[in-house]
Amino acid sequence: MPFRGTTAGSLVAMAFLAALAIASRGQADPIRVEPDAKPSLTATIVYLTKDYREPPPLSLVDKEVKDKGIQGARIAIEENNRTGRLLGQHYDLLEALLGPDASPVEKAKQLLAEGHKLIVADLEASDLLAVSDLPEAHDALIFDVRTSDDVLRQEQCRANVFHVPPNWAMRADALAQYLMWKKWRHWVLIVGKSSADQGYAEAIRRAAKRFGAKIVDERPYAFEAGSRRTDTGHQQIQSQMPMLTQGAPDHDVVIVADESDVFGDYLLFRTAEPRPVAGTHGLIATAWHRAFEEYAGTQMQNRFERKAGRIMLERDYTAWLAVRIFGEAVTRTSSDDSKTLRDYILSPKFEVAGFKGQGMNFRLWDQQLRQPILIAGPRALVSISPQEGYLHPKYLTDTLGFDQPETKCRMTANASKGKE
Amino acid sequence: MRNIFVVLGLALVAGTPAAADTIFVSNEKDNTVTVLDSKSLSVIKTIPVGKRPRGIAISPDFKEVLVCVGDDDQLDVIDTTTLEVVRRMDTGPDPELLDIDHKGERVYVANEDDGYVTVLERVSGKVLAEIEVGVEPEGMSVAPDDKIVAATSEATSMAHIIDTTTFEVKANILVDTRPRVATFTQDGKHVWVSAEIGGTVAIIDASTYKIVKKLHFEIAGVRPELIQPMGIVFSKDGKQAFVAIGRANRIAVIDTATYETTNYILTGQRPWHMALSGDGSKLYTANGLTNDLTVIDIATLKAEKSVPVGRLPWGVAVKPD
Repeated sequence: MPFRGTTAGSLVAMAFLAALAIASRGQADPIRVEPDAKPSLTATIVYLTKDYREPPPLSLVDKEVKDKGIQGARIAIEENNRTGRLLGQHYDLLEALLGPDASPVEKAKQLLAEGHKLIVADLEASDLLAVSDLPEAHDALIFDVRTSDDVLRQEQCRANVFHVPPNWAMRADALAQYLMWKKWRHWVLIVGKSSADQGYAEAIRRAAKRFGAKIVDERPYAFEAGSRRTDTGHQQIQSQMPMLTQGAPDHDVVIVADESDVFGDYLLFRTAEPRPVAGTHGLIATAWHRAFEEYAGTQMQNRFERKAGRIMLERDYTAWLAVRIFGEAVTRTSSDDSKTLRDYILSPKFEVAGFKGQGMNFRLWDQQLRQPILIAGPRALVSISPQEGYLHPKYLTDTLGFDQPETKCRMTANASKGKE
Repeated sequence: MRNIFVVLGLALVAGTPAAADTIFVSNEKDNTVTVLDSKSLSVIKTIPVGKRPRGIAISPDFKEVLVCVGDDDQLDVIDTTTLEVVRRMDTGPDPELLDIDHKGERVYVANEDDGYVTVLERVSGKVLAEIEVGVEPEGMSVAPDDKIVAATSEATSMAHIIDTTTFEVKANILVDTRPRVATFTQDGKHVWVSAEIGGTVAIIDASTYKIVKKLHFEIAGVRPELIQPMGIVFSKDGKQAFVAIGRANRIAVIDTATYETTNYILTGQRPWHMALSGDGSKLYTANGLTNDLTVIDIATLKAEKSVPVGRLPWGVAVKPD
């Protein structure tokens, strides 16, 4: 019902539209009560990204989306302001959406010099590290909403960076727990050529070891990758994929590591043996999926689609959540000071709700958000990990990814708090 | 099932059917309301309603049951005699939960997707006011004197106190994460607010609007993240409070004098909302994940029986005998 959607500063238009709508119901105008807007605190949150020229999705069903992430942040800012208006707080989203040739590092320098310390970073790993290593950024609060790279949570962790998306190890563990629950213990692993594909594959190997699965064969994807419009249509793929998977020892499932999205979808229904496909394609582990409706997820899906005119993708969710985390911390501390917010976010008091049925917080050892992970097929939710029976003395979600004893993260002193 | 037939058979033979409450359960996934007879616990009727029925309440004269059908942006009104939907009221977007004032004149509805509380005249369906609150409003409770209403906003983590004369929000009270339900005590002195993700119940003084007590729950063998308080109902004498701890599959029993939790009663999975029987001797819980209704005996605090209803049961309303 668009006539009731409210954004700050559109009260007149809204009242007019509401009056129209009411009139159409044939009733007198109802009293409309809006809270007073007298902000005593304005928190500015920077959204920093650049047009990285991502390849188009492999499937023609998926639209090319140019505003992934930022749409989620915009909705979260509106929500923060709805709450803020009742508390005399206001939130601004400063959108730094850079072109393909711009430098996020230069832009970050400028923004930090202007005193903007609250940053949502929709940046690739190298840019994220470069921004976080700027001397000006030592007391900034940077929320990574894009990367899954394990190394950013391990050797390359940074004290001023918090990670919202699950990393590869968390995704692989979430998937492995489900596959073990199914007793699908024998895996064939197909690995693409990019370093991200290798990174994901490494997480799969680690998960197999942790949960007792066996990788019976591992094969590189050696063909020239197709594009969403393959030159030769489906015929070549139809013969390629069986060749890729034939002759493997007995296996229950084919795991694909294709972070670059160049062949993964082609494996489905084309493997030599009739086996399900999981990994980066087929059955996936993700923070968000359109088919997810539990824990009030439907509300978020509806709200997003109404505002953005498309379905909510994983990065929209992580960006939404990052801005909500800022909002939650500002609400509870009545402050927009980056140090105060950081202390609160790392304190036992902090938790954020993100439609996963439990409060979420950060692991102190690598500042990765703890979270249940959706296990989803292309069109439906299949399960949510952690699976029943995988126990942990503190948080069940710490059975996913790098638990404290496994961490290789040694944060440098400047903003780091004591580790748990 | 055999037992039900026996009971029915006996009633017929005796010729004087035992008097019984009528229980109404909204089934979120089935788009129906299941109507049960409280004595036999058999289904009298399954009433088709609009899409996504959740909040359900009975009018003080017990003539009408009002059901929020969120995806149709309206309230369906069920005649409790004919057990049919007799009219519909336009509520604005996505009504989730409602309460009716004690005079039976007004209906207060939380518009979840839109951040409003809508006030309707019950008989005409006329919209009297639309009051902006926080994000994802849900909880809704009219004070016993009808002078104020408490609403909660899930995503804003607040309880809002609304003046029913001016329709102004008199207070916004920060509570723990995802407040779902607000319920006034019978004496009107306090309003209890459950926080699903926070895992607590805040008890708010209804005149100062300050939190006077916060209840925490610990259940041996149940992970803290599964402690998700939801529905709140008080016993007829006001001495006990019942809080549904959804994912822990239990109802917490709280002594309202000491605020101590005295008992946890196991029910079906994810008990959500509850209602008392007309005489106050039984508590009915709608269990979302096992698609049933659990009957709890208040005197013994024992779950007596669970009976199947529709899919994803959400709320309960009772028409007393």
